[in-house]
Amino acid sequence: MNWHAVRAIYLFEMARTRRTLLQSVLAPVITTSLYFVVFGSAIGARIPEVEGVSYGAFLVPGLIMLNLLTQSVSNASFGIFFPKFSRTIYELLSAPVSHFEIVLSYVGAAATKSILLSVIILATATFFVPLRIEHPLWMIGFLLLTAVSFSLLGFILGIWADNFEKLQLVPLLIITPLTFLGGSFYSIAMLPPLWRTVTLFNPVVYLVSGFRWSFYGTADVAVGISLGMSLLFLAVFVGVATWMLRTGYRLKP
Amino acid sequence: MHTVISISGLSKTYASGFDALKGVDLDIRRGEIFALLGPNGAGKTTLISIVCGLVNPSAGRVTVGGHDIIRDYRAARALIGLVPQELTTDAFETVWNTVSFSRGLFGKPPDPAYLARLLQDLSLWNKKDNKLLTLSGGMKRRVLIAKALSHEPQILFLDEPTAGVDVELRRDMWQLVRRLRDNGVTVILTTHYIEEAEEMADRIGVITRGELILVEDKATLMRKLGGKQLTLQLAAPLAQIPPVLSGYGLTLAQGGKELVYRYEAEGEDSALVDLLQELNTAGIAFADLQTTQRSLEDIFVSLVSERERGGEGAR
Repeated sequence: MNWHAVRAIYLFEMARTRRTLLQSVLAPVITTSLYFVVFGSAIGARIPEVEGVSYGAFLVPGLIMLNLLTQSVSNASFGIFFPKFSRTIYELLSAPVSHFEIVLSYVGAAATKSILLSVIILATATFFVPLRIEHPLWMIGFLLLTAVSFSLLGFILGIWADNFEKLQLVPLLIITPLTFLGGSFYSIAMLPPLWRTVTLFNPVVYLVSGFRWSFYGTADVAVGISLGMSLLFLAVFVGVATWMLRTGYRLKP
Repeated sequence: MHTVISISGLSKTYASGFDALKGVDLDIRRGEIFALLGPNGAGKTTLISIVCGLVNPSAGRVTVGGHDIIRDYRAARALIGLVPQELTTDAFETVWNTVSFSRGLFGKPPDPAYLARLLQDLSLWNKKDNKLLTLSGGMKRRVLIAKALSHEPQILFLDEPTAGVDVELRRDMWQLVRRLRDNGVTVILTTHYIEEAEEMADRIGVITRGELILVEDKATLMRKLGGKQLTLQLAAPLAQIPPVLSGYGLTLAQGGKELVYRYEAEGEDSALVDLLQELNTAGIAFADLQTTQRSLEDIFVSLVSERERGGEGAR
């Protein structure tokens, strides 16, 4: 293992995060606070309890997942896209680093940042709603697994995208709708039967459901299935990223 | 002498169908300065890029220090430093951070003393805390060199090192290259300037249209390439070369109206003076004269046609 390289890339990426601290930390915190004010307090006051918890509290896991997914994807995609765009990637490609080391450092840095944000959002949430976490280990497990998986997805996206438009379009057109429709703001039990079935094809449902189970012990789908699906995503993304690096897809002509 | 880079049968066809390299064979000797000379689009950058791992080869094999660049890429790449042609730097990093980053990336533990000396050598020390976007083009080029040398490589690739570079940096760069060679570093540079190859290299390889058409010691090649041509516009056309002038290898052109003399550009050429005196003695008057240096284009054309006639091989 070339640990010096892993460390160098990881610290480089974290330094990028520090430079953009305001937009990368403040923005999600403000957005989440607004969600709590609007949906949790203003509208949520008129919504009865969902699955035995107040609507405001019900929202928390979904909101964290929403942020975790979008931040993981955008951090990781930008992290690898930008050197490609500015052509500084020549150095990475000519360095004695393995594919695993490249992925470990870029994905590790992106996941670190999105997990930090999730923790900040969780802390923010405690100011608005009473929280309880029934299965903290599972919660951490889902947090890690999702952060790593979707940072990998972002990494894949960053390699695939050959312009800024594509880089932003995929999160906007695919990730955000999937999260909104994935039960972040509602229990899928609240949907008409047809839509409930359709929703089960949305991969995000399993992540949100499993994550919410770790908080309140209730879930739309069995937690085992959630875990299985999360691991499946991880495996698929690892496979695609490995293939990309091995063939040099859009990195090496 | 030991071979440090061995390239055999190397070909590259890009997805567009363009054949950038057609079966190149080349051995680079340890400790030499090797110039890859060729016009734009000849395949110089493709060749370098494959050796450094930026481009996948279509066929052929490359070893660096005995390590295959694909199977044993770690050992091969650790030996190499690359200065790319384009000025590509991270805008928001400082000079010090970017050079430290490069060292880490190549698997070397931090060594602030070495990096400080490196930055001093490249006149970058007082800019070490500057962000890269505040630097001039010349300074950025120095940073790229510092990055390439940050991990103490045994082989340095310089892709078009003096393209768009001012005189001072050019001189510094040449000094640096010689110093590196003195320390045992092998330097491979690409250029499309004959003068640059002449100034710097121990050996020169000429590449055009993806083929390495000749590799020779500088001295030999310069004699071949550096020829000059004197053309005399004669006052009266000649039917043939007078016997007294037969020793000069003169040729007639334009139906006898021009007399053409080819000679070496190197050294003091007393033959030229002799020729003019002999012409005077022989009573051959000329209205005008001009001398031309053979352009690189001419040289390529003649080398390629020589090759196509089935004469000289590539090595």
